Amino acid sequence: MADISNTFVGIKSPNPFWLASAPPTDKAYNVERAFEAGWGGVVWKTLGEEGPPIVNVNGPRYGAIWGADRRLLGLNNIELITDRDLYLNLREIKEVKAKWPDRAMIVSLMVPCEEQAWKGILPLVEETGADGIELNFGCPHGMSERGMGSAVGQVPEYIEMVTRWCKQTTRMPVIVKLTPNISDIRYPARAAKAGGADAVSLINTVSSIVSVNLDDFSPEPSIDGKGSHGGYCGPAVKPIALNMVAEISRDEETAGLPISGIGGITTWRDAAEFLALGAGNVQVCTAAMTYGFKIVEEMTAGLEAWMDSKGHKTLDDVIGRATPNVTDWQYLNLNFITKAKINQDTCIKCGRCHIACEDTSHQAITSMVDGARHFEVIDEECVGCNLCVNVCPVENCITMEQLPAGAVDTRTGKKVDKKYANWTEHPNNPSVVAAE
Amino acid sequence: MAASSNPKKLADGIVSGRLPKTALDENFTDVHPPLDPHEALVASDRCYFCYDAPCVTACPTAIDIPLFIRQISTGNTLGAAETIFDQNILGGMCARVCPTETLCEQACVREAAEGKPVTIGLLQRFATDEAMQQDVQFFERQKNTGKKIAVVGAGPAGLACAHRLALYGHDVTIYEARKKPGGLNEFGIATYKTVDDFAQHEVDYVTAIGGIDIRYASPLGKKLSLDKLRKEHDAVFLGMGLAGVNALGLKGATPQGVRDAVEFIAELRQAKNKGRIPIGRRVVVIGGGMTAVDCAVQAKLLGAEEVTICYRRGQKNMNASPYEQELATSHGVTIRDWVQPAKLKAKNGQLTGITLEYTRLEKKKLVGTGEKFSLEADQVFRAIGQTFGDNESVLEDELKLVGGHIATVDAQGQTSLPDVWAGGDCIADGEDLTVTAVAQGRDSAEAIHQKLMG
Repeated sequence: MADISNTFVGIKSPNPFWLASAPPTDKAYNVERAFEAGWGGVVWKTLGEEGPPIVNVNGPRYGAIWGADRRLLGLNNIELITDRDLYLNLREIKEVKAKWPDRAMIVSLMVPCEEQAWKGILPLVEETGADGIELNFGCPHGMSERGMGSAVGQVPEYIEMVTRWCKQTTRMPVIVKLTPNISDIRYPARAAKAGGADAVSLINTVSSIVSVNLDDFSPEPSIDGKGSHGGYCGPAVKPIALNMVAEISRDEETAGLPISGIGGITTWRDAAEFLALGAGNVQVCTAAMTYGFKIVEEMTAGLEAWMDSKGHKTLDDVIGRATPNVTDWQYLNLNFITKAKINQDTCIKCGRCHIACEDTSHQAITSMVDGARHFEVIDEECVGCNLCVNVCPVENCITMEQLPAGAVDTRTGKKVDKKYANWTEHPNNPSVVAAE
Repeated sequence: MAASSNPKKLADGIVSGRLPKTALDENFTDVHPPLDPHEALVASDRCYFCYDAPCVTACPTAIDIPLFIRQISTGNTLGAAETIFDQNILGGMCARVCPTETLCEQACVREAAEGKPVTIGLLQRFATDEAMQQDVQFFERQKNTGKKIAVVGAGPAGLACAHRLALYGHDVTIYEARKKPGGLNEFGIATYKTVDDFAQHEVDYVTAIGGIDIRYASPLGKKLSLDKLRKEHDAVFLGMGLAGVNALGLKGATPQGVRDAVEFIAELRQAKNKGRIPIGRRVVVIGGGMTAVDCAVQAKLLGAEEVTICYRRGQKNMNASPYEQELATSHGVTIRDWVQPAKLKAKNGQLTGITLEYTRLEKKKLVGTGEKFSLEADQVFRAIGQTFGDNESVLEDELKLVGGHIATVDAQGQTSLPDVWAGGDCIADGEDLTVTAVAQGRDSAEAIHQKLMG
């Protein structure tokens, strides 16, 4: 049986599934339920500085988008950091950590961008016995208006500065949580590393308006007819998160910097993908908020089963395995030629492949053959784009088949060259011409 | 109610009140309860929005099914209704009575994918019910053309034809033989398929477009000849259905206790108090179509103890769909195939049983095997097909008939006369389906309009 126990920046947990800093980790009651359910660790919901507790809105905090059958695909929230008393949180963190020593206990923090504020809170957290801290430089709503959260995360210099303050002050590992609301994720990651961060975690939520009420024209969630942008998360953001994780993972400047992967992880498969792109563990929130803590059972069991089936013994066999395969477009092999192939036995004849190709792509799929509805790829037109695969409702009905070397691509009339060849050496590339 | 507390429950002979009112009310409610909004959303989410969708091809009226289902899924229920009514103004009734399992739902790609089609019929009902309950009219009559058109029969074909003609601004007079409109929708379909007087509401909804005048108790005949109609109108559409019923073709006098299934079904539909309708204790229905099933199931629902459908060919050959057959058997009806009536048994002129003969195919011809058996029966229903009835003699000298039906010369129902069209069950390729009748009525209207205005 594969061993999925995890060590992340020296913090041990029985599995790589942590609950992200969010409503599910707001208090001892929830966190203990999570641990009972089997979660490997939690990042306690962000603590703010001492003083009057944070005030949340008293109307709806969440909005969502749904797929078929009202499956929640994206969740948006305008909740702020914890609205509970600082010392109550610290007391509970200490108690829960003492009771669950084998689980990771990370404390998320967000205080004003002042040295004293950060240096003041760290000893209090250290005293709880927590395993580490996560700096919340990510929340895009509410707190950012007060110069915190993503307002810090969007300025690499601030990230570096605050990270350095923390590293100077505490023995605890420092994880810097990054905002995706930025044009190039590598800069904040580099800044975190420069400040001495032990790891980065990403992504925090994406700035979003999830919907507009067409009766009263209020953005949703609607507070008395008004709305404010929120933070978007859930399955819909996973592709954005995967890319950002990969960008940091393969950036020479941040290579080797541990990453805690976050963003729409709903199943073991999602988690495995994050690990493969270089995440040392993963954090989950929306899936738990949709289905409850029990989903971790599917995640651990699925991850183990997959690792067993592939012969991966530990997480180290998996982590970063896909990173070297992420490259720039210009290095993709232009001699890799595929054609779509429709399995007529499993085709249910919905015709979506045809109309997608006909209306919006390359007119490479038939709709009628000898007077009967029949959907078949016209190799002479097929560029191998994969759109038909993506719109087909039947799994594996349409596959992309690689043309072997030496075969003739009937679209171009050229033989498939077995040699790897990319854009950098392509005759149509003006840079190549210029270099000559 | 226990048998002992109601002496009529197991009484021999044809008696009324076998079941208490509460049981009857329950038995004759909607066989398919309508979808609620949540169910409709879940069901509509399953549609793949196919290209050149097979369901549309399978629908005789070619409703744009993927579009109306998508409209439901996005909350535009009235828009969905408009999409339906645009092709089929009787979409509400068709949603209830269409054998969807052999039409659109059989063609649904999800039937191919997982044996569970999108519930198109129920979704159609969801949309059309919403529009009809709100009494939203989607069509506005065009400028009056001054053309007058006679439509014979206020059934599905006639109503669909009249609506389309009225839409184009023509003045339509419907001549209906009965005292009430609706045709088979009103008289020929099981009560549990169309509850709450739906057929009449639908007639009101259809005729609300204006320009349609219905004259009741006006059958074709000596007083109202086709020739007269032709003289007084610019065009005539014949959609009078089939008024006659095939006989069993047995020798000897017919004893008391033998009845036409269509008449029984009509009586049930019109009866406010189902408890007053007498039914046998042991009932035999001869036939294999929808009428046989509608009759047999309702006999059971009225409290008949034993109901047997006897069909002369194999169950697979029955016109009633497998779904309808299952509906019958799930109600406790026994289906016996490869048997034909040989003799009605009677005592003092009152039916006591029926002798049946086994049948088989011999060189593609159905023959009796000579082996016979008897069933006890106090009531036998004939459901072996309908005929043109009196209309045959009324019309035979006026236009061309074929096989006892009106001959048509094109897909739009043109008859042998240049100004007369026909559609529905009365034409030679009528299909005994509401939805086909609607399509034919609509298409004839288009042809008439073209002819008069083109």
